[in-house]
Amino acid sequence: MVNRRHFIKKAAGGLAALGSALLSKGSALAADLVAAETETTSIMDILSRKKALIKKSFRPPNYETPAGYFDAPFTPINAFFVRYHLSVIPEVKAEDWRLHIGGDAVRTPFTLTLEQLRRDFKSVEIAALCLCSGNRRGLFQPQVPGVQWGSGAMGNARWRGVRLKDVLAEAGIEKSALEVSLNGADSGVLEITPDFIKSLPLAKALDENTLIAFEMNGEPLPHWNGFPARLILPGWTATYWMKHLTDINVMAKPFDGYWMKTAYRIPSGRFPGGGFSSQETPATVPITEIVVNSLITSLIDGQAVPVFKPLEISGVAWDGGNGIAQVEISTDDGVSWHPAMLKQDYGRFSWRQWRYDFEPKRTKEYRIMARAISCSGACQPLEPIPNPSGYHHNAVQKITIRGV
Amino acid sequence: MRTLHLLLLVFTTAAAAGESRIVLKDGQGKDSVMSQCAICHSLDYIVVNDRILNRAGWEKTVDKMINLMGAPINNADRQIIVDYLALRYGK
Repeated sequence: MVNRRHFIKKAAGGLAALGSALLSKGSALAADLVAAETETTSIMDILSRKKALIKKSFRPPNYETPAGYFDAPFTPINAFFVRYHLSVIPEVKAEDWRLHIGGDAVRTPFTLTLEQLRRDFKSVEIAALCLCSGNRRGLFQPQVPGVQWGSGAMGNARWRGVRLKDVLAEAGIEKSALEVSLNGADSGVLEITPDFIKSLPLAKALDENTLIAFEMNGEPLPHWNGFPARLILPGWTATYWMKHLTDINVMAKPFDGYWMKTAYRIPSGRFPGGGFSSQETPATVPITEIVVNSLITSLIDGQAVPVFKPLEISGVAWDGGNGIAQVEISTDDGVSWHPAMLKQDYGRFSWRQWRYDFEPKRTKEYRIMARAISCSGACQPLEPIPNPSGYHHNAVQKITIRGV
Repeated sequence: MRTLHLLLLVFTTAAAAGESRIVLKDGQGKDSVMSQCAICHSLDYIVVNDRILNRAGWEKTVDKMINLMGAPINNADRQIIVDYLALRYGK
C-alpha cells in the first residue's frame, strides 16, 4: 500500500518536474504514460481542457488530482478531480440547456434557461470542499472493490450560484413534499442502465447553503465538473453534487432508484452524520455528512530531509461543516502531539490550510502524523472504519521521513 | 440507433484518450470480456480490481452488471466471463 501511494506521489512530482513546456505537448505525454497501463493502475492522462491528472478509469472518466495542487487554498479548475458513474456525457451548450423544476409535490412546474437562472435569482458564493465519498478507498486494508481512489478525489473551490430554495419557492412546494430528486445530462450506454439520479431530504434542499452553481473559482463550470450548472451541497459528500443538472423534482415519496436504494450506503450507526431518515433502513443509511479528516501535502513518504534545517509540515483539514477547531501534529509516531497553526478561514465548508514548523535534529526516521479535530469535538481515528463500499476513509495519515 | 450512435461517439472519444491501449491478461474468455464488458466501461475497471475479488466476488460483480445495470450477457457468456475474471484477476 505504501508502494502505491508512493508511486502516485512520485508520478505527480515527476510530472511537475517535467515543466510546462512538455505538458503543452499533452497528447504525446499521455500516450507515453499510457504505455505503462499493464504495469500499474495509476497513470497520468489528460482530459480535454484539463492538466494531467491521475487516471483511475477512462470510461466513464475518473481522474484524481495530484497532491501537489492541494498547496493552494482553492484547487485550480483545470486540475480539479473528475468523477462519473456512466459513460455517455454530452457536452451541453449553454443556449440549449434547460432546467426543469417539477415533481408531484410542487404546484407549478416550470423550466429555466441558463440566462433566467443567472438573472432571476439572487446569486451567492460559498467556499466548499467537494469530496468524493470513496476518496482514499484504495488505502483500505483489506482492499475494497471499486474505483481505487488515492487522496485526490477532492478539491476546494468557491462556488457561485443561486439558492435551490429560491428556485423551488418559485414552483410552490406542497405540504406533502418529502424529498427533492436531481438528475443530470449524463446517462448509461444502454437505456436500461439506471440513470444516475440522487435525492435530498427536503430540509437539506431548503438549506440556505444548498446552491445550483454555475461558476467555480470565478469562472464558468468546466465541462468535466458539470457545465453549465451543478448542485452544491456543502458539508455532504460529492455524490449529491449532481453535474449538468437537467431535472429537479420535489416528491411526496422517497426516491427508490438504484443510486439511492442500493449505492452510496453505509452500515447504520457506524459513522456520525445521518439527516436523511426517509432513506434509512435498520441495516444501512445513505452516506451524508463528510467526516473530519486531514491531509499532509508538503511531505512524501520516504522523503529525505536535511537535519538542523527548518522543515515546514503543511496540509489541509476539513469536516462536514462544523469547522476545524485544531490540527495536531506528531513527529514521534504519535507519542506527543502539538498544535499546528491554522491559516485563513474561508468559511466552515471550506477546507482549512495549516502549517507546523519542525526541525529534524537526528539522522534517523521520523514518523509524522496529523489529526484534525472539528468544532463539534470529532477527531480522526487511527485506523479507518471498515465498511463494505470503502467510504469515509479518515484515518490519521502516517508519513515516514528520514533525517540526513 | 440512438444507442449505436452514442456507442460510436463514446468509443471514438475513449480511443483518443488511450483506452484502446489497455491490455488484459491472456486466457480463455478474454475476447468475451473485451467485447461485452467494454460496451459500457473501459477495461481498466477490471485491471484496478486485480486480486481484490475472489470468485464469489467476481460472480457478484458480473451479476450486478447483468441484473442491475442491464448488461446484455447470456448465461453461457456469463459463465465464460466469470471464469476468466476469477482465474486471471481473482484473489
